[in-house]
Amino acid sequence: MEGSSYKRLQPRTVNYSSVLNKLIFANLSHRPVRTFLSVLAIAVEVTMILTLVGVSHGTLDSTAERARGVGADIIIRPPGSSVMSSLSSAPISQKYIAWLMQQPHVALATGTVVQGLSGFDSITGVDFAPFDRMSGGFEFISGGAPVDDKDMIVDEYYARQHQLQVGSHINLINSDWRISGIFSGGKLARICVKLPVLQRLMDRVGYVTVLYAKLDDPKQAEAVAANLKTKLVGYPIYTMDELTSLYSISNVGMLKDFIVVVIGVAVIVGFIVVFMAMYTAVLERTREIGIIKAVGGSGGLVLSILLRETLLLAILGTILGILLTYGTQLLMHVLPSNLTQETVYSWWPIAGVIAVGGALLGAIVPGYKAVQQDVTEALSYE
Amino acid sequence: MSNLTGVTLDNDNSMPLVAPIIRVRGLTKVYRVGDVDVHALRGVDLDITPGEFVALIGASGSGKSTLFHILGGLTPPTAGSVVINGRSVTGMTNQERTELRKTTVGFVFQKYNLLPTLSAEDNIKIVEYIGGRATEFSPEFQDILKLLGIRDRLKHKPRALSGGQQQRVAIARAIIKKPAILLADEPTGNLDSENTAAVLELLKDLNQRTGQTILMITHDPEAAAYAARSVHMRDGRIV
Repeated sequence: MEGSSYKRLQPRTVNYSSVLNKLIFANLSHRPVRTFLSVLAIAVEVTMILTLVGVSHGTLDSTAERARGVGADIIIRPPGSSVMSSLSSAPISQKYIAWLMQQPHVALATGTVVQGLSGFDSITGVDFAPFDRMSGGFEFISGGAPVDDKDMIVDEYYARQHQLQVGSHINLINSDWRISGIFSGGKLARICVKLPVLQRLMDRVGYVTVLYAKLDDPKQAEAVAANLKTKLVGYPIYTMDELTSLYSISNVGMLKDFIVVVIGVAVIVGFIVVFMAMYTAVLERTREIGIIKAVGGSGGLVLSILLRETLLLAILGTILGILLTYGTQLLMHVLPSNLTQETVYSWWPIAGVIAVGGALLGAIVPGYKAVQQDVTEALSYE
Repeated sequence: MSNLTGVTLDNDNSMPLVAPIIRVRGLTKVYRVGDVDVHALRGVDLDITPGEFVALIGASGSGKSTLFHILGGLTPPTAGSVVINGRSVTGMTNQERTELRKTTVGFVFQKYNLLPTLSAEDNIKIVEYIGGRATEFSPEFQDILKLLGIRDRLKHKPRALSGGQQQRVAIARAIIKKPAILLADEPTGNLDSENTAAVLELLKDLNQRTGQTILMITHDPEAAAYAARSVHMRDGRIV
């Protein structure tokens, strides 16, 4: 009895902030088209950022993966070239392969020749016998290594993007090629032909683009690389660990700048969309803002409502943007773009913060207008 | 001296000796419209004692809405003094006037002014949220909701309510915080005759049952007749 009396006398507390949350949700659901467009615009902003970062990481990581797939411990590139520069010449004499084999700890050496194509593509001429010994050979999903001079092998991604099968024909560098095999990606290159064939087509018989060396003891890689640098002055010589660690966005100045520019554009787009949406919302809800103020709501409360609405839009936009990124990933997979897009989870919160920041910036001016609104004028607004 | 229902009267029984809950002296309000000064109030004096139901009658442009806005802390006066519930409104900052609206004054408007996206219940509760009060409707307030006849309409949005029901919700919203003064600006201006009578009866009943001080602005003498006292305004002055 006492307990029930006590219970009856106690004021039942409820979470009144839920009333404010209801108001915020109701305001957004009251204008579904505008809300959807705002969320979509923020989502596009997030997708732009995550797609660019994903493609950058994907392209660099897949390049690094292919380099590692060679199985070499030392890589020697043409003089004057950098890690990120595309190779499309063959200035290194093939005689260096034999010379390399005579160096301490070098167990195996080979060379490849590279001819650039449009975009990010290139054809690589491979001396298949030593390459197979060095790398363990290509893993063919269908078909096999080139037999004839007009045979070409491609990796599964290139085959899918260009709808190629074993026996398909393709014209590259003004030559017709027959696909003899499709191999699992992640090894050396995406398009390979016989080394002498490509050398002839490039008019560089006896020359290669890159030299690879496999050591009898991989722990000696740094010492061997240092020794080779003293003998091949001017040649960029890397250990495999060193080379793959250089495949990062921070080492590609232009890419880094490009990402910054795209993020800037994305923030401006998000800012403008949220600014327009919130400015319109403040105009449309002039009377409601007046009501809230008339019943004792402060300018701070009005601003808080608008900012919470904006925050909700930005969070929804970020979630949708992340989901849309999987869509662009699928598109990259299907379209003949030769780009690889990774899911870079570490950029999800960064893209979210950028989206929220841009959106909140966009809400400041409309919010200030709402705070400054005169109550009597707002209440007489029709 | 005698004491009738808590109000102390002087010897001639005409002037209450309790401190007025609203005390206005020499109130003026001048609006600047382009290059012209518009004198909306020209020296208004007014006293309203606690528990009074006063009707402020005047034609359009008489200054009654301006007086309403100043008493409600919606707009600052140009000159003169306004003391509400012991606090001087003159010279109040925006923040102080917000506090006045939050704690001391309740409004009922002609156009109801309910938030269209919230239910009737949430339209009332938002005042409690703003006031920082976190309690469920008290049994006393439940009785008032019963008196207002809206207990079964609380879950509805304003658009699903009739004008009369919306105005009752607005009255509930105005009195939930137990304001010292309830200001009603043409509360029946948008209602049909049946709802007009009902709302005015409610205000009168509220005043008599709870002692709620009410200042009602109207241009309708019939509506004013529900109040205990009528004050007339013309050309920015009490006449």
